[in-house]
Amino acid sequence: MASGEALTTSGYIVHHLTNLTVGHGFWTFHLDSLIVSGLLGLFAFIGMARLASKAAIKEPGKMQTFVEMLVSFIDQQVKDTYHGKSALITPLAVTIFVWVFLMNAMDLIPVDFIPLILGMGGVHYFKAVPTTDPNLTFGMSLTVFAMMLIMGVKVKGVGGFLHEVFTVPFGAKLAPLNLLFRVIEDVAKPISLALRLFGNMYAGEMVFILIALLGLWQLPLALPWALFHILIITLQAFVFMMLTIVYMSMASESHG
Amino acid sequence: MNINATLIGEAIWFGVFIWITMKYVWPPLAKAMADRQKLIADGLAAGERGKHELELAGKRSADALRDAKAKAAEIIAAAEKRGAQMVEEAKLVAKVEADKVVASGRAEIAQQVEQARAELRGRVADLAVAGAERILKREVDARAHAEMLVALKQEL
Repeated sequence: MASGEALTTSGYIVHHLTNLTVGHGFWTFHLDSLIVSGLLGLFAFIGMARLASKAAIKEPGKMQTFVEMLVSFIDQQVKDTYHGKSALITPLAVTIFVWVFLMNAMDLIPVDFIPLILGMGGVHYFKAVPTTDPNLTFGMSLTVFAMMLIMGVKVKGVGGFLHEVFTVPFGAKLAPLNLLFRVIEDVAKPISLALRLFGNMYAGEMVFILIALLGLWQLPLALPWALFHILIITLQAFVFMMLTIVYMSMASESHG
Repeated sequence: MNINATLIGEAIWFGVFIWITMKYVWPPLAKAMADRQKLIADGLAAGERGKHELELAGKRSADALRDAKAKAAEIIAAAEKRGAQMVEEAKLVAKVEADKVVASGRAEIAQQVEQARAELRGRVADLAVAGAERILKREVDARAHAEMLVALKQEL
């Protein structure tokens, strides 16, 4: 709490849950989410790209071994689930897992640490965990949704795709009902994807904030919650990745 | 929870990162891993082949060893036989030679004996003549001489 506001409980919580913004109305940008997610992504993916460009066949270094282990684990998940031909799925899954994991991991930085430092520089609001921002989770899930539709059309053709939309699962006679089912099914996908990640991370962050309000008691409580949170961080990144693979696989296989 | 243009920004970030991963991270890593798998598979196959070859070479060397032993035994037997034969031959030759030497020795001895005998005969004759001369110069005792000469003759 470096901003000098009244030190009330709700004030503290609200302060921690307010984004650093520019712009008005719809054209508001959450600078904190954009900067943190962008920096983490650039750091991770440019680092991985540099590593991959120097990938040694005979004597891989420790970092290369680690990245290869991760990537081949994800590739195995993709191979087990997705049976299409697209070469996009594994890179997509790797991107999701690594990026979401890193953004979630920002949750492990003590809640007052970054606001305190930035507060000294005159920045009063800063949410350091981008995955607690629904804009990010929906940005990702809608991108996945778009790729899912494109994949469906690409694999089945426009005719095949429309045929599936109108005839599955009840046959051509109940075309409107089929369309309704399909719309509900498909719309539920990005929403559940985005809200699951957002909800988990937001709730986790909230618990950290509440623990931070306990004064001395936060010391024995923050550590176990952080340890437990490591599990949630990894699990949520994995779930987002896995569901994306499943959705892509469903989009490239014909229903029923 | 307010949705705004941040969503677009995050979607752009997401797209950029997918693009980086798809273009610069995944292909080289996948290639390196596939190449390494191939390298390992090749290495294992080569190892297996080497083991097989070693086994064959072991068999071959055992065969060669056995052949060599048999051949060596054969050669030794032949050499022993030849050695015995040579000893026999040498013995034979030596015996012949020895016989020859002995025969020639004997012949020589006989010859020398004969020579010595002839020489002695001559000398005795001379002695007899000399003795006769001396006796003749003194007196001739026919009887005594006759006895002496008879004795001489018998001695010869």
